[in-house]
Amino acid sequence: MDKPTFIYVTYIVTTLEQLWEELTSESFTQQYWEDGQLQSDWQVGSSIQQVNQNGESVDIGEVLQSEPPYRLTYTVQVTDTTEAQPSRVRFELEQSGATVKLTLIHHRLDAQSCMAMGHRWTASLSYLKQLLETKEDLLRLVA
Amino acid sequence: MDAVFKALADPSRRELLDQLYRHNGQTLRELCDHLDMTRQAVTKHLKMLETANLVVVVWHGREKLHYLNPVPIQEIYDRWLSKYERHQLDALSQLKQKLEGNTQET
Repeated sequence: MDKPTFIYVTYIVTTLEQLWEELTSESFTQQYWEDGQLQSDWQVGSSIQQVNQNGESVDIGEVLQSEPPYRLTYTVQVTDTTEAQPSRVRFELEQSGATVKLTLIHHRLDAQSCMAMGHRWTASLSYLKQLLETKEDLLRLVA
Repeated sequence: MDAVFKALADPSRRELLDQLYRHNGQTLRELCDHLDMTRQAVTKHLKMLETANLVVVVWHGREKLHYLNPVPIQEIYDRWLSKYERHQLDALSQLKQKLEGNTQET
């Protein structure tokens, strides 16, 4: 196994179940996924569909591991080149005192996608923390 | 957040983060090769950066890899900047980078 491209960690005052629900929600996938939202039933072996604003969907990945509310791993085709091995996203949720530690491990991203995805991930994780801790959707407030 | 500011308030630790920013996922040995610091100093600084959650450690086989975790910095950014101001600030930040020719602060 190649080493991870990046690893992001945040601590959120919430419950494992709430965080799991948020992570697998279409509205959250829309935060980090540039071309629409990701839809799946998040069961092992299920496909992941990218649905754009016009409602067009395309199969772009597969759920490899799903252990609610602790672990979720899936593959996703970040670039258009189908020859490239798909990149792999893994979420680990862990109770840590009064908070939940969320670890995001991303494998197999080329340099360009890494920059773009990296920015989206950090912004999305920070947004997720605000959303769960303040119970206010700040993006919708300013929208 | 105190731990983040404390960790960032030291040029050697910022240099360590710069090093990981350039090349993420390094071992202690690799970091020492690229930095003009003793192994003990690097270890000590890494510990503070880990406490502040700015560096995350993961085992990869028998290697212990260090990753830059920018999420706490993003959280600071989000705390004091509204979504509106970002575009202007991005433009200012780009202008500064361009004029200063991407020279690193020390």
